[in-house]
Amino acid sequence: MADPLLEVRRLFKHFGGVVATDRLDLAVLEGRVHALIGPNGAGKTTLIAQICGEIAPDSGQILFAGRDITKLPGHARVALGLGRSFQITRIFRSLTVRDNIALAVQARSGSSMRFWRPVAAERALADDADAVLAELGMAASAGLAAGSLPHADQRRLEVALALACRPRLLLLDEPLAGMGAEDAQAMIGLIAQLKQRTTILMVEHDMNAVFRLADVISVLVGGAVIASGAPQAIRDDPEVRRAYLGEEETAAA
Amino acid sequence: MRMRLSTSQLRPALIVIAALAFPFLAEAAGGGYYVGVMTRVMIYALAATSLNLVLGYGGMISFGHAAFFGVGAYAVAILAQEGVTSAWAAWPIAVAAGAAFALVIGAISLRTRGLYFIMITLAFAQMLYYFFVSLRAYGGEDGINLAARSRLPWLDLRDETTFYLLVLALLAGCLYLLRRLAASRFGTVLRGIRENEARMTALGYPTYRYRLVCFTVAGAAAGLAGALIVNQHGFVSPSLLDWTQSGTLLIMLILGGVGWLYGGVAGAAAMLLLEEVLSHWTGYWKLGLGLVLLFVVLRAPGGVGSWFARGNTRG
Repeated sequence: MADPLLEVRRLFKHFGGVVATDRLDLAVLEGRVHALIGPNGAGKTTLIAQICGEIAPDSGQILFAGRDITKLPGHARVALGLGRSFQITRIFRSLTVRDNIALAVQARSGSSMRFWRPVAAERALADDADAVLAELGMAASAGLAAGSLPHADQRRLEVALALACRPRLLLLDEPLAGMGAEDAQAMIGLIAQLKQRTTILMVEHDMNAVFRLADVISVLVGGAVIASGAPQAIRDDPEVRRAYLGEEETAAA
Repeated sequence: MRMRLSTSQLRPALIVIAALAFPFLAEAAGGGYYVGVMTRVMIYALAATSLNLVLGYGGMISFGHAAFFGVGAYAVAILAQEGVTSAWAAWPIAVAAGAAFALVIGAISLRTRGLYFIMITLAFAQMLYYFFVSLRAYGGEDGINLAARSRLPWLDLRDETTFYLLVLALLAGCLYLLRRLAASRFGTVLRGIRENEARMTALGYPTYRYRLVCFTVAGAAAGLAGALIVNQHGFVSPSLLDWTQSGTLLIMLILGGVGWLYGGVAGAAAMLLLEEVLSHWTGYWKLGLGLVLLFVVLRAPGGVGSWFARGNTRG
């Protein structure tokens, strides 16, 4: 079997007396959509923050493409191919949609310690940005201020920004957050499309989306992975049902 | 569109012509005193513009910017006392000193955010203030005099008009550099960081590095302004580094328009000319300044720059 693209080994993090990540192991294989589910407070957000380099773990290791990135700062992880979208939309609201993406393109196309030549003269940045937007069906809004977009399009731009980094692994933190049914369908369609070309690690509460998209599901409870496997196996796992799914389904009913 | 373009190009051209003609007209009209006043305005404009780079473009609320201004001034004064009077030698050293202090102070301060950043920059500036207060060899609390203005080949800076024109050229040059910088890759990154730093990190930008470079470049420009102000006043004392001086630069920028290319110029002109006019009438001129500031903050939060509508990057 191939080495995993992302591997988390016995990761441990506590805040005071609260253990947020409890000797957690996780392996994301190349080419898969790997969903991370779990009840609130299970430590999903803390885990994502550690993978992205926002929070330093107390112990354990994070390996990306075979390289130990545990001590690497966040921006350097992005350069290695770790792209992410945020649960709370973080776009450049005052910039146009095109300029939003162009900033992402600029990050991976040479140094930005350049002080003289106007960015506007760099056709390649705008062209690359337009290509990304066309691919995501957002070409029509390229010239609009990002802050003026409707919520669903802002969420789409959020994902587009991560994608414009050309990541090897795309981390999606609740991509469906705050979306209505119709918009959620469109986003699910988009992620299904991205699945063709990049590995995805996704945190999502929408079980419908998770079971439609994921190749692998890991269930996080109390800071540790209690089960990991194919969607059907997870659905049938009695421990998972007791810890999480059952509770959700009861709540939904 | 064509019309608007031409007026937007005409206005700066007119301002430049007026600025070039001013000293000659003032001398002719017997108002030579005002040449010095305007020189001082332009030097403060340069200092406020360097703060604009940090605050308006970089989004960092520094409350210790006068430190770099003062360090530049002291560099020239100390060198002069030691016999180095050439502007070619002293001014670049003042610029380098401003940059070096900004690099060190920035490297530490930029690890903090928000209120902590304000307080730590203030603390560093006060440390430098007390350092110069205790620097007996160079005047201590009383400051030191600059025996004569820096010397340049061909130009006699003792001539008010010559000095005025040199300051004008340096200010214009710095504004041009700032404009280039704002539109460059670096400027675009700064804008991104100002708006959403977490996203910039997630795009792969080492944001700390960019903010530090911004802070250092601004320190260099403030150092140049310091070199000029000591030449203008012929004197420097620790009060040039005091926190009230940092506050003055902030007020200028708020008056003029934070993040607007000419915000520092507009603010320095508004504040110093207001001081000039009001202080003729009353010793309580700062009350008038306070009222104007209140009005600007409440009614025109973009500063006087927002009255010119277009071009304010904060829009």
